[in-house]
Amino acid sequence: MAATTTTVPNAGPVSGSRSFLRKLREGDEIARIITFLFASTVVLVTILLVFELWHGSSLARHKFGFGFFVTSVWDPIAGDFGALPFIYGTLVTALVSLAIAVPLGIGAAIFLAELAPQKISDTLQFFIDLLAAVPSVIYGLLGVFIIVPIMREYIQPFLKSTLGFLPLFTGPAYGIGFFTAGIVLAIMVIPYIVSVSREVLLSVPRDQREAALALGSTRWESTWKVVVPFARTGIMGSIFLALARALGETMAVTMVIGNTPTISASLFSPGYSIAAVIANEFSEATGDLYVQSLIELGLVLFILTFVLNGLARLLIILTAQRGSEMGRT
Amino acid sequence: MKRFAGLLLVVLALAGMVWAQGALLINGAGATFPYPIYSKWFDEYHKKFTNVQINYQSVGSGAGIKQVTEGTVDFGASDAIMNDDQLKAYADKHGSGILHFPMVLGAVVPIYNVPGVNSALNFTPEALAGIFLGRVTKWNDPAIASANKGVNLPANDIVVVHRSDGSGTTYIWTDYLSKVSSDWNTKPGKGASISWPVGLGGKGNEGVSGLIRNTPNSIGYVELIYAVQTKIEYASVKNSSGDFVKADFGSVSAAAAGAAKDMPDDFRVSITNAPGKGAYPISSFTWLLIPAKFSDAGKRDAMKGFIKWGITDGQSYAENLSYAKLPKEVVAKELKAIDKIQ
Repeated sequence: MAATTTTVPNAGPVSGSRSFLRKLREGDEIARIITFLFASTVVLVTILLVFELWHGSSLARHKFGFGFFVTSVWDPIAGDFGALPFIYGTLVTALVSLAIAVPLGIGAAIFLAELAPQKISDTLQFFIDLLAAVPSVIYGLLGVFIIVPIMREYIQPFLKSTLGFLPLFTGPAYGIGFFTAGIVLAIMVIPYIVSVSREVLLSVPRDQREAALALGSTRWESTWKVVVPFARTGIMGSIFLALARALGETMAVTMVIGNTPTISASLFSPGYSIAAVIANEFSEATGDLYVQSLIELGLVLFILTFVLNGLARLLIILTAQRGSEMGRT
Repeated sequence: MKRFAGLLLVVLALAGMVWAQGALLINGAGATFPYPIYSKWFDEYHKKFTNVQINYQSVGSGAGIKQVTEGTVDFGASDAIMNDDQLKAYADKHGSGILHFPMVLGAVVPIYNVPGVNSALNFTPEALAGIFLGRVTKWNDPAIASANKGVNLPANDIVVVHRSDGSGTTYIWTDYLSKVSSDWNTKPGKGASISWPVGLGGKGNEGVSGLIRNTPNSIGYVELIYAVQTKIEYASVKNSSGDFVKADFGSVSAAAAGAAKDMPDDFRVSITNAPGKGAYPISSFTWLLIPAKFSDAGKRDAMKGFIKWGITDGQSYAENLSYAKLPKEVVAKELKAIDKIQ
């Protein structure tokens, strides 16, 4: 297609002077329609997903109603199903993983973007990207064979003897459970936080740093008080990407969480997550109610992700506003 | 040009052979436990009868029952018999029944990790049920110690490990516990996945054995094949005749022979807790689920031929792959039952 000199490519609303046919010939309209179709498939898939989950779980939804969310019995033989322990396990492991991964990940990103020499930063970034590409079953194996024994022999007894007065660190130390699952998840999501946060920090305009330095701030002050707040929205984004990964992770979690539907204040207790129970029980689930209850769990996980993502958006909007207000004063 | 025509003929002939092979493609799906021997059988059978090609997906017993009921496969396979509701669902959909054919035998064995204990342990049914119900909580509990005189059992808490994924192995294990403990029978009962009173869940045989290896004072259960192939020490279990029996080909086949006398005509029998000297109590058949009516005569004849071969000549492959052979009585009865396939 030869670009004509008379028409300027127009990305915005189409000007009325050009006929539809001509736009078609120039390719703009074709490109618009094709990319629109691509974009709408994303929406379509989401809608179909929700529809299938909703439709496929109708029997379970009618039988258990809202009680599905608040009962903790999961008995395939008696046909009693409740999602509470799985929701609890999913949230707790995701929170533990974020509590560990966020400070570590952002700290590493600040070092890589602001303090490390270019060469070291690029090399380390290569390794971090590599980590993000490791399949989750490998992290699961790492968890089972290395982290679980270390947790049982050293970390859990240590936490019990020092912080044992907290209900978080009580009960027998099996090595597996919420805490270990959280740690394995943290290892898995750190690369996401580091990678995205580093990019965001690097994209902060140079003027911002120079202005801060010119005003007499130290390197650290310019980083912490100017660069990081400037990149806050992007860093938040990286955290929520990590959260989404942690909520949906299946293989690595099921290998170290203990696969027992319990609700316990203790992080040492074995638990279960929504994704893990679906993967474990779906293939051998017999009877409509059982299968539909598992599908409803899928729906619950979808809702959970949806709500948390919504909250994340809200938080980003709020902090962005506060950031700009801070900028003005 | 002549050469080209010759080439064309060769290609056509080859395509014809491929097509002829594809003409009798039989699809099955089901249990993962017999998959190693089934795939060996299908392979050997195809070598003998090149016009029959059997595909098998090891998707799990439950999924096998589901798929054969829905009619998406020609036959199913399961470690658990279809219950009456499932049989009715099949009959309602297809207007004819489904037949069970035992193919080989397997067993489930208790494995454990107790520091300081190197000798093989003995378990009574009461001890196993008590441990898995969460009532026997210490290794030196009299329920365990009384069957293990001379073994220095520690006073440590028992960590119970079970399968987290739905599985025929769990079905056999809980079927046994339901038979030996009335409390277990009322709750939690038997099934491929159940609501466990205590314990940690591991995914697959490897998940359970991994957890046990890593967790001191733990006990769990795996398939006999898995324990044999990975050389894990496993315990003897007291059978209903009062003997402590360790699972092996002989003791598993003995359990089947004990049950063969009262074998029902539809072969839907559980042989856990089977009586008889030297019978290992946590044994089970694994079944092929064959529709009683085939619409395709070619498939029907091929299926009949395969079953006949599998329960006779095919049995010679069993022990190499760590499965126990069918007892003669059962084979004789099955050979007659093959005629029911129409």
